[in-house]
Amino acid sequence: MSRFLVLTVNGLTQGAIYAAMALALVLIWRATKVINFAQGAMAMFTTYLALFAIDHGAPYWLGFVVALLSGLVLGGIVERVIVRPVESAPPLNVVILTLGLLLFFEAVAPMLFGGQIRSFPPAFSIVGLHLGNSQVAFSPFDAFTLGSVLAVMILLLVLFQRTNLGLRMRASAFNPEVSRLLGIRVGRMLTLGWALASLVGALAGVLIAPTFLLYPTFMDQVLVYGFTGAVLGGLDSAMGAVIGGLLIGFALSYVGGYLGSDLETVGALVILIAVLMVRPRGLFSLQRLREV
Amino acid sequence: MKSRIDGSASGMRGIAIVCLAGLLAACGTSTANNSGTNTASAPGITETSITIGSTQPLTGPAAPGYSEIAPASNAYFVYLNQHGGVFGRKILYEYLDDGYNPTITASQTRKLILETKVFGMFSALGTPTHLAVIDYINSEKVPDVFVSSGCNCWNNVSKYPNTFGFQPDYTIEGKILGQYINQNLSGQKVGYFYQNDEFGLDGVKGLDAQLGASSVSSDRRQNYVPTNTNVGPQIAALQASGAKVVVSFTIPAFTALALLTAAKLGYHPTWVVSNVGSDITTLTGLLKTFSKGAVGGQLLGGMVTDTYLPLVGDSSNAWITLFKGIHDQIIPGLPWDGNVLYGMVQAYTLAQALKAAGRNPTRSSFVKTLEATKLTGGPGLVPFGFASDNHLGYLGVQIAIIAANGTEATNGPVYTSSDSGPITQYSGSASSPPANGIP
Amino acid sequence: MVTANLRLGRLVRPTLNRHLLLALGAAVVLVAISAQIGAYDDYNLTAVAIFAVAAAGLTLLTGLNGQLSLGHGALMAVGAYTASLLLKDHQLPVIVVLLLAVLTTGIVGIVFGYAAARLRGPYLAGATLTLAVALPQLATRYKSIFGGDAGLSVPPSAPPAWLGADFPPERWLAWIALAAAVVTMVLLANLLHSSVGRSFIAVRDNEVAAALAGIDVARTQVLAFVISASCAGLAGALFGYWSGVTAPAGFGLGLSLQLVTAIVIGGLGSLAGAVWGSIVLVFVPTLTSGMASSLNVPSSVANNLPLAIYGAILVIAMLAAPHGIQGALTRLLALARTRWGHSSASGKKGVMDWDDPAPNP
Repeated sequence: MSRFLVLTVNGLTQGAIYAAMALALVLIWRATKVINFAQGAMAMFTTYLALFAIDHGAPYWLGFVVALLSGLVLGGIVERVIVRPVESAPPLNVVILTLGLLLFFEAVAPMLFGGQIRSFPPAFSIVGLHLGNSQVAFSPFDAFTLGSVLAVMILLLVLFQRTNLGLRMRASAFNPEVSRLLGIRVGRMLTLGWALASLVGALAGVLIAPTFLLYPTFMDQVLVYGFTGAVLGGLDSAMGAVIGGLLIGFALSYVGGYLGSDLETVGALVILIAVLMVRPRGLFSLQRLREV
Repeated sequence: MKSRIDGSASGMRGIAIVCLAGLLAACGTSTANNSGTNTASAPGITETSITIGSTQPLTGPAAPGYSEIAPASNAYFVYLNQHGGVFGRKILYEYLDDGYNPTITASQTRKLILETKVFGMFSALGTPTHLAVIDYINSEKVPDVFVSSGCNCWNNVSKYPNTFGFQPDYTIEGKILGQYINQNLSGQKVGYFYQNDEFGLDGVKGLDAQLGASSVSSDRRQNYVPTNTNVGPQIAALQASGAKVVVSFTIPAFTALALLTAAKLGYHPTWVVSNVGSDITTLTGLLKTFSKGAVGGQLLGGMVTDTYLPLVGDSSNAWITLFKGIHDQIIPGLPWDGNVLYGMVQAYTLAQALKAAGRNPTRSSFVKTLEATKLTGGPGLVPFGFASDNHLGYLGVQIAIIAANGTEATNGPVYTSSDSGPITQYSGSASSPPANGIP
Repeated sequence: MVTANLRLGRLVRPTLNRHLLLALGAAVVLVAISAQIGAYDDYNLTAVAIFAVAAAGLTLLTGLNGQLSLGHGALMAVGAYTASLLLKDHQLPVIVVLLLAVLTTGIVGIVFGYAAARLRGPYLAGATLTLAVALPQLATRYKSIFGGDAGLSVPPSAPPAWLGADFPPERWLAWIALAAAVVTMVLLANLLHSSVGRSFIAVRDNEVAAALAGIDVARTQVLAFVISASCAGLAGALFGYWSGVTAPAGFGLGLSLQLVTAIVIGGLGSLAGAVWGSIVLVFVPTLTSGMASSLNVPSSVANNLPLAIYGAILVIAMLAAPHGIQGALTRLLALARTRWGHSSASGKKGVMDWDDPAPNP
């Protein structure tokens, strides 16, 4: 297997992971105009909940459902109870709030579940598929991950572009006051936005944990690269999130493979700056910049 | 001190001189002065307690596993205190979280030395973290014992006279692992998978010394950084290079990741893993969920590693019985694994050192005691290197092999070495713990 | 009496004089305090001063100019590594090291500022976040220059002989850091009251209107970025002296996020807020950090409790005091004025900066 092929496949599987997180971030941005820095930590928490169920005898797919449902509930509760009161405050306040939540979740998880590294079962085998007479580093589980990411992307596209609900959510984020005047229950839309984003985040968690291993800070790296991918692709675009995430995955893989793993993040930085200098709102930004 | 009543003047003077000399001797060295009263002989020591401090990664990415070490040491101290402590003094262990961030280590160390005023630093964890404070600690002349890291940087008597290592340094370990490969796996292509810092680089130095640097080509030398869990390209490169033996200087998470990635690629070399990354409890836990299906417990079977302490799973060993008993009683919430054993052995060794230093040690007398006394009779399989010209801890290791069912067994003799010297077989025998587990 | 007041007024009303007087007063108080407290407290006071310098620059950039930077930890790293490299083989006076660190980081600020001039909101946040994560990696990559993971050690600055042989080095460093903080505050306060400062605010509030009014938006953005970067560089160099080591792990994303937290908790856009935030940043962790070994709870709880408390404090602070500490203080002051004062309570809502604006006509 040539080095290039190895790195490409590696980039694809890693990129799918970052794309999953990027989707959650884009979802919450489009629905609430907030970047939730605690997205990864919340996903970590729901993954621990799933593992708790599995440890106590639940079959894998029940644990999977536990993760997704708890993500839905957790996101909704966090929005309603904690984020709602700061909705009218300066936007940076919500950023600090989510940072506080990040630290809180990362501290509470080891208190509840222990701080040791745990393994999380994969949905399907992680043994690479056979391509001819060699084994590729692409397993049934990787295919499932990629497939899930694409499915979520399509669902989000449909939700935001084609459904009434999606329109109401976008309106609530874009201009809450006018939306209220138009009869939209803005509060409900925000709660729903957070709940759905947390659901996608929870999905990302169970997809990532098998290959990253589960421990309280395991989503930190994913959050950083997921955010980078979302920004690269354009925060207003679900397709941009996926493509951005994949691009980051490829960039990290090629730079790491050819230039050394300690230059990876520098490579990502250079690519991000290069793209943003040409397209300040990401590759697939929908709005044109207003120029005076 | 009793003076005999004697009539003659010269006798009295003679007695006075003898008494004076005796007094001076007692003030000067306080060695093995087992009788008498406790005094506050040094900062951090009172009549009833000795306070020691440490910086540990209790939170953050390095916390899994390593955050157990300090609570384990503390558990042994609690046990020790329940049984009278050292010379009737309780050992108070104040360990602070530094999140494996050298800047926080610097500030927490200053808190311990300037505010808490500890007697000494104990078990400070991490190479980059401790390098950040080693100059400061030595400039304050604070004892800095049993650093939890295998870097040979702690062995620098002229520059860091108060600092002492604990575990076998990575180069010595690399040499002994390399020797095993030469003796048992010769003729097979060897690859290295190592952490790209002192830990991995020092280990590789030892390996190269035994295997010959030129015999391991650069495509068979792959490294990783702990901040990046994606090791796919490196393992694929090792597979492509044809390495049939991979020596792994990895922390446990990355040992598991390497094994999993190799299984993904259908790559099954013989793994030779540093003791830092081969803790059985941790590894079996990490690989358990993958043992159903095609990826099996066979991942661990045949793994070669090394040890300098009794094996964690060896329930027939009296030390294991002692320490596991303390664990079950005082810290049952933590898993029984290599980290807990490590912490307890460190604590036991400190208790030995404090006992040897006498009833009312000073900071400098404590350091001198450590250099002069051979701390024997402890759980280690090898002796310590502590001497006036050597601050290395355990001097070697014994090879251990892991079976497919997750059990571990030692293999062959115990070896000791130094960074640049030859490997010699150690012929001493293992000790048993004292009756109640107090040195 | 009236003439005396008028003369005093004419002396004090010019902004610069007012600020210099305040600075002098603050300096005297701080030196007095630092002489009374112990070495460890001096050490913490130094930390507060260092973070205040970095936070002041950041609050100018984010609060007054509206550019969110999640990468100022990396800029501090630039200052710290500059200092470490300069001190590696030569002995240089502190002031030279600090000025060179400011210069170097300022240059990096120009480069990054221009690259990021067109970015807004979360896109700028993303770019600066990647900077925060990537820059420390250069230190690991070029090990022979930057010392790799273990980093470079920074020799402490010895107190001058005329202070006496027993003068604690921690206090000397506290004086240096406090002097740097006071100077920075004076300079920034003057800047805020100048037309440059007003152009920062104008661009934040309405870019289009500012451009129509003749303000060069891109240049303003870059200028704000450079000034805040220089502050970060100064803080970074001091940080190197303070911790004694400059290692990549000390300048990770966490540091950048801590700076943002400090300016928001303290009060966004306010120099006083930068000081409050720094105090919170330094003292809350030190107060909770000893808990792990002293609590009689399972170690997994004890180890993580300080962090959980810190996170909870951030959440509660945002819920209870949306305009930060300075905002809360200002509100209290305004309340007090309307209750007991003869006030023309100027009805100022929102974030205020250190000096009250001119009274309503």
